[in-house]
Amino acid sequence: MRITHKIPRRIVTNQSCKRVAAFVFMLMCCAGAFAFETRGDGSAPIAPTARIVVAQNTSTPPQESATSTLVAVSATPARPLFNSEKTALLLWIVFIGAAVTVSVWLAKSGRPIRIRRIAALEAVDNAVGRATEMGRSILFVPGIQDMDNIQTVAGLTMLGRVAKTAAEYDATIEVPTCRSLVMEAARDTVRASYLSAGRADGFSADRITYITDDQFGYVAHVVGSMVREKPATCFYMGCFFAESLIFAETGNAIGAIQIAGTAESSQLPFFVAACDYTLIGEEFFAASAYLSGEPAQLGTLRGQDVGKFAVVVLIALGVLASTILVMAPSAAAVGWFLDVLQKVLGG
Amino acid sequence: MKRIIPMWIAIIGGFAMMLSSFVPLAESAGEMFADVFNVVAAIAFVLGAGSLAKQHLEKLSRRDAGWGYSIITLGSFLITLFIGLGKIGIHPNEQFPQAAYSGSNEMEGSAFGWIYEYMITPLTSTMFALLAFFVASAAFRAFRAKNTEAILLLVTAFIVLLGRTFAGVVLTGWFPDWASGLRLENLSIYVMQVFNTAGNRAIMIGIALGVAATGLRILFGIDRSWLGGGDA
Amino acid sequence: MSGGNFNNTNASARPWFERLDRIDRRWIFLLMFLAVSGPILWIGVTGKTLPEAPTLAARAVFQEIDQLPAHSLVLISFDYDPASAGELQPMATSLVRQCAAKNLRMVFIALWPLGNQVAQQTIQDVIGDDYPALKEGDDFVNMGYQAGNEAVMKLLLTDFAKAFPKDSRGEATSNIPMLKDVKMVSDFPLLISVSAGYPGSKEWVQYVISAYNEKMNFVTGCTGVSAPQLYPYFPQQIAGLLGAIKGAAEYESMVNESLAVDGVATAPKYLQAQRRMGPQLVAHLLMVGLIIVGNVIFFARKRRGAA
Repeated sequence: MRITHKIPRRIVTNQSCKRVAAFVFMLMCCAGAFAFETRGDGSAPIAPTARIVVAQNTSTPPQESATSTLVAVSATPARPLFNSEKTALLLWIVFIGAAVTVSVWLAKSGRPIRIRRIAALEAVDNAVGRATEMGRSILFVPGIQDMDNIQTVAGLTMLGRVAKTAAEYDATIEVPTCRSLVMEAARDTVRASYLSAGRADGFSADRITYITDDQFGYVAHVVGSMVREKPATCFYMGCFFAESLIFAETGNAIGAIQIAGTAESSQLPFFVAACDYTLIGEEFFAASAYLSGEPAQLGTLRGQDVGKFAVVVLIALGVLASTILVMAPSAAAVGWFLDVLQKVLGG
Repeated sequence: MKRIIPMWIAIIGGFAMMLSSFVPLAESAGEMFADVFNVVAAIAFVLGAGSLAKQHLEKLSRRDAGWGYSIITLGSFLITLFIGLGKIGIHPNEQFPQAAYSGSNEMEGSAFGWIYEYMITPLTSTMFALLAFFVASAAFRAFRAKNTEAILLLVTAFIVLLGRTFAGVVLTGWFPDWASGLRLENLSIYVMQVFNTAGNRAIMIGIALGVAATGLRILFGIDRSWLGGGDA
Repeated sequence: MSGGNFNNTNASARPWFERLDRIDRRWIFLLMFLAVSGPILWIGVTGKTLPEAPTLAARAVFQEIDQLPAHSLVLISFDYDPASAGELQPMATSLVRQCAAKNLRMVFIALWPLGNQVAQQTIQDVIGDDYPALKEGDDFVNMGYQAGNEAVMKLLLTDFAKAFPKDSRGEATSNIPMLKDVKMVSDFPLLISVSAGYPGSKEWVQYVISAYNEKMNFVTGCTGVSAPQLYPYFPQQIAGLLGAIKGAAEYESMVNESLAVDGVATAPKYLQAQRRMGPQLVAHLLMVGLIIVGNVIFFARKRRGAA
C-alpha cells in the first residue's frame, strides 16, 4: 500500500500545539505528584538530612548535633531522584519515541510510506460481507484480559473498524466479553461505529454482553453459542491463553471464516494452525494504523521499524563480536565493545 | 467532551506510570493509578453483573430457547453471592473469636470451599482437558506437508512429540555416545533451546516494539479509535 | 469442515481417502480418550511408571533448592488455578516437598484468585501430612492472594509488608516471626513460581528478576505452552525451568530419589507426574499417527488430482 499525500508543509498546527500543551500539562501533573511525595507527610520516604536531625535536637550547635545525632539515628538511605540502573532503558525509550515522532512528522509532511499488504486485514471486508450474504452473525471476541492490557485496547480498536464495516453491510455483530470494563468500552466503541456509519438504529447494546471473569466459564459460553448460533465470521482479537485452540477448532467445526490476532506468542501456533488468517504479534498492533490509512498512524509503523532495524544491527554486531572473541580471545577491543553493548542493552 | 476527557486521563495516567518507573519518588503515583484501575474495575463488575442478570431475566421472561439454563445461571449466581457475602458455614477466625464474620471464605469446611472443590475445580479442569481432544483433531486436519516450511514443521513436530516421551528413548537411546546429539530427547532439547528460543526472541522483540508504538500512539493521542467513532 | 454423514448413500462411492478425510472428529476424540484412559487404568492397576532421565533445566531446579542452607527463606508463588492443576500440581507438590525436607522457611503467595486455594491444598497435602513438625509462622506462612497482578510484583520490590499486609489467617506481617527481617523481595535468596499464564513467570522475570538478577535466583515451573517463551530466559534470568508434565516428572523423580527411604514405597501423591507420562506417551504416539494418516490422505488426494 503506497500512501502519498499532498499535505501543506505547515508543521506547527493547532493539533501539534495541543499535543505540546498536553505534554507540558502532563509534566506539570507529574511534577505535582513528585512535589507531593517530597513534602514530608510522614509516610513519604525522605532521607533524614542533617537539617532534620538538628530540628529534633536544638540545644546543641548544628555541626555537633548533626554528628552526634547521626551516630544515634539509624539512617535510611536517600532515594535517588533517578534510578540510574534504568538509564539504558530510558535511552531506548527516548530513541524509539524519537523515531516514532520523526516518522510521524515525515509522514504528515507528505513523504510516501510503503506498507506491505497484510492478508488478514485485507480479508476483513470480505469476511463481513460473507456474514451478510449468509444472513448469519459476526462473532468478535476481544480477548480475556481487562482494559489494562494493551492487547485488549488493540482488540477494541479493531472492533471499532469491524463494527463500522458491519454497520455499513447491515450485518449483526455479537461481542461476548470476559470483563465488565471491556463490555462497557466495547459498547461505546460499537455504538460510535454505528453512529459514524449512519446506522444508529442498527445498534443494540444487548449484543455486547458480559459473561464471566472466569476463563473457562467464558470459553464454555462462547463455544456453546458458536455451536448454536453458527456465526459466519469469527474474529479473535486480543489476549488469549489456553482457550485459543478451543475457539479456533470450534469455529472450524461450524465452518466459519476465522481471523485472529494476538501478541501471546504461546497461542500464535494454535491460531496459525486453525484459523484462516492470523495477525502475528506486531501485525496485530499495526492493524489499527493500517486500516485507518492516516499518515500519522502509518508513520508510527515506520518508527517501529526503525527500532527493529536498530535491534537487528546490534544483534549482528554482537554476534560478529562474540564470534571474533571466540576465535581470537586476546582481542581486547572486541571485548570492550561487547561490554559497552551489554551496558547499552541494560545487562 | 465524551472522548476528550478519557483521552486526557489515558495520556496523564500513561505518562505518570512511565515516569514512576524511572523516578523512585514518583513510584507511589504510578501505584495510585494502578489502584485507581483496580477500583474502577471492581465498580465496573457491578455493571457486568447487572448486564448478566438483565440478559438472563429477559431470556427467562420471553421464554427464549434455552431459558432453563438461564434459571441455572441466575440461580448459581445468586446462591454463590449469598454464600460468599453471608459467609455461610464459616467459623470465626481463631485470632478474633468474638467477631462472627472474621473467618475466611476459603476456610476448610465452608460452603464457599465446597463450591470451589466440587464445582469450580472439576468444571474448569474439564474445559482445560478439552484441549487434548482439539489438539488431536487439529493435528489430523491441519498438519499437512503442503510446502517446504510445512515439511520442516512436521519434522520438528515429530522430534518434539517423540523426544518428550519415553518413545524417544526407545527409538534412539541405543545411539552411540558420539552420536548422542542425534538422540530424539537431545534433539528436542536442542530444538527448544536454539531454534525455538531464536524464533521466540524475534517475535518478542517485534511484539515489544509493537506495544511501544501502540502505547505511544495512544499516549500522544494519535490513535483515538479505541474511544470509538472514527479518528476525529 | 468434518462432520458425520451417516445417511449419505453415496458415501461408499467416495475414495477411501475422501471418506477418511471427512471422518467425524468425534472418532478422533474417542481415540484420544482411549489413548489417555488406557494407560491411566493400567498404571493405576500395576503401579508401574516410566523411567525418567532428568534434563539440564530440571536438574538446575533441583540443585538451586538443594544448595540452599537450612532455614533459608524461599518465596513460592502459586500463579495457577485448578484448571492447570493437572499439569502443575505435581511439580508444586514436589517443590514444596523438597523445600520442607531441606528445612527451608517457605513463604507462600498467590497472584491468581484461586491460587490461594491450591496453595492451601498443597500445604495440607505435603506439610500437614508429612512434615507436621513445621510450625506456621516460624517455618512456613501462607500470605494468601493479592489482587493487582504485576503491581503486586512492583510493590514487592520495595515493600513486602505493603504488598502483603497480613497472612491468610489474618495475622499482621509485622507479627510473623519468620518475616521479621524481610523488607522486600530481594531478601529472599530464591523465588519459585509455578505459573499457568498471566501473571506468571514472564512477569516475575520482567519486573522482579531483571531488577535483582545478582541478588536472588529464580526457578519456575510452567505449562507446556508457556515453556517455549521462557526458554530465552534460561539460564540467565531463570536458573531452572520445569516445562510441562515432562519437566515435572523429571524433577519429581529426582526429589523422590533424594528422599527415598529404604523399604518404604513413595506415596502415590509424589508419583503423579511420573504416572502421567504413560498417557502422555500414548497420546503423543496417537498424534504422530494422526499426522501421518493426514499426510497420507493429502498425498493420495494430490496424486489422484494429478492423475
